[in-house]
Amino acid sequence: MYAVRIHGRGGQGVVTAAELLSVAAFGEGRHAQAFPTFGSERTGAPVAAFCRIGDRPIRAREPVTEPDAVLVQDATLLHQVAVFAGLREHGCVLINSTRDAGALGLAGLSARLVTVPATDLAQRHLGRPLPNAALLGGFCALSGQVAIASLCAAIRARFSGRVAEGNAAAATAAYEKVRDGLLEAADA
Amino acid sequence: MREQIEGSRAVAHTVARCRPEVICAYPISPQTHIVEELSRLVKTGELAPCEFVNVESEYAAMSVGIGASATGARTYTATASQGLLYMTEALYNASGLGLPIVMTVANRAIGAPINIWNDHGDSMSQRDSGWIQLYAEDNQEAVDLHVQAFRLAEELSLPVMVCMDGFVLTHAVEPIDVPEAGPVDAFLPPYEPRQVLDPDEPVSIGAMVGPEVFTEVRYLAHARQMRALELIPEVAAEFSAAFGRTAGGLVRPYRCEDAETIVVALGSVLGTIKDVVDELRDAGTRIGVLGVTSFRPFPLEEVRAALGHAARVVVLERALAVGIGGIVAANVRMALSGIHLHGYTVIAGLGGRAITKASLHRLFADAIADELEPLTFLDLDRALVERELHRGRTERRPGPSAENMMRDLGPTATGIG
Repeated sequence: MYAVRIHGRGGQGVVTAAELLSVAAFGEGRHAQAFPTFGSERTGAPVAAFCRIGDRPIRAREPVTEPDAVLVQDATLLHQVAVFAGLREHGCVLINSTRDAGALGLAGLSARLVTVPATDLAQRHLGRPLPNAALLGGFCALSGQVAIASLCAAIRARFSGRVAEGNAAAATAAYEKVRDGLLEAADA
Repeated sequence: MREQIEGSRAVAHTVARCRPEVICAYPISPQTHIVEELSRLVKTGELAPCEFVNVESEYAAMSVGIGASATGARTYTATASQGLLYMTEALYNASGLGLPIVMTVANRAIGAPINIWNDHGDSMSQRDSGWIQLYAEDNQEAVDLHVQAFRLAEELSLPVMVCMDGFVLTHAVEPIDVPEAGPVDAFLPPYEPRQVLDPDEPVSIGAMVGPEVFTEVRYLAHARQMRALELIPEVAAEFSAAFGRTAGGLVRPYRCEDAETIVVALGSVLGTIKDVVDELRDAGTRIGVLGVTSFRPFPLEEVRAALGHAARVVVLERALAVGIGGIVAANVRMALSGIHLHGYTVIAGLGGRAITKASLHRLFADAIADELEPLTFLDLDRALVERELHRGRTERRPGPSAENMMRDLGPTATGIG
């Protein structure tokens, strides 16, 4: 079982991100369960959503307290919410930021941490600062849990027309950026 | 077709395939997504013929439901929490008049203090309203129970509540096989009312009845629910044959055969409990869990048969009867009348508190060691309660408890879950 926790703010599409991830995994024939922390629906308020991916039916309904991956859609949450709480030892973190881990003061974190400018990519490809699809694209590259093609299929199933294509393009751009960054790091 | 879909939307699509002719509803979290999707289906004509009536309250929703059902329309509504309480008087009328309305309750706590999150306080408060109550373990079962509910309701001429955990199920996205229209049509023939208000054959229903008949009326209401004890398993078996999966029925035992310890629960917590049971079984512990699907009517015989051989029974429930403790537990005790075993009541998951595997492991270990209190509040923050009690002892007017404890706790946004 692979567990993902997504942090963001109300209005950034955190719940949709968890749903898209689960649909992408389902599209690959896997079992997936997505659900939000419930009730914090106010715009701008901290929101979290969860996604479990596994090869057997998922029965447990507890929140993800020991995530394999943490996705942070808004870096200002780093000072407000315990986003890394319970992160597994070999877990990974993906943060939406134009700055790197060192500049965010997170160089000491033992988990694999990558940043990607998801808001900028969304602005460029979608025309709106909604970072969720781009961040998921980066997650595909970072974790290898879900193929980028499956994610794009989930995006196109959920949205249509320009919104679908913009989000898919932003996701693909983030995917390539994170993938290339990891390859560079491996070469170094 | 099996799809990755939100529980609420899957329920809405399933209800639509049951071809309700009147839907009357007032939105309330966490029921909202269900009725929003149904209203969309009516508006687009995907669900036709059907009238979606926007009402001004839950009282009106059930009243419109009563009128529609009495004139022979297949009728559906959904609510939760305070909304269910607000329609209470009409609920009793619907069951008293024998109207086969199907209603989803997206289970949510009851205030004050206001709390939008899940527990069973709402539907449990209406356990004696004369409605059949079925509790869904997961979204697949929630979907399947709705198809069965219309069959049961119309066969018995009784209203049925399908209870599904608010947010935990309604807002979860998971693989669900939404029944196709063809098989649903075959399983659920058009509604043929057992009684109907018809101007060509005028009758009165719901008129005043004096002491000479009222006891007999109530007796028959009870007898009809007892008849449901036979029909619920029959309909579940027929559903299983038609759709190729198990759903519904009275009770659902899991690894209970040789169990010394059996946990009893309703609703979505059963999945988490099953995971814990499997882990404990792997470690050699003889433990099982009994899911109660039909809480009204309460299957005394089936519960007794499933639990009677156990050494101890832990009833874990998402509601509290203030002043006594367990609601489900009291019913289970009645089923076990005359049988001596250790019985524990655990109040868990109130107002959306997550019931975690870690907490269940600790709880079951205490139960197996027979170190559990007869009435336990799972994960109760004792320090928090003690501080508030201390304030009450030392100050005449310490302020409202709920707000005091929230202040003690500090910012909660940093917590996960």
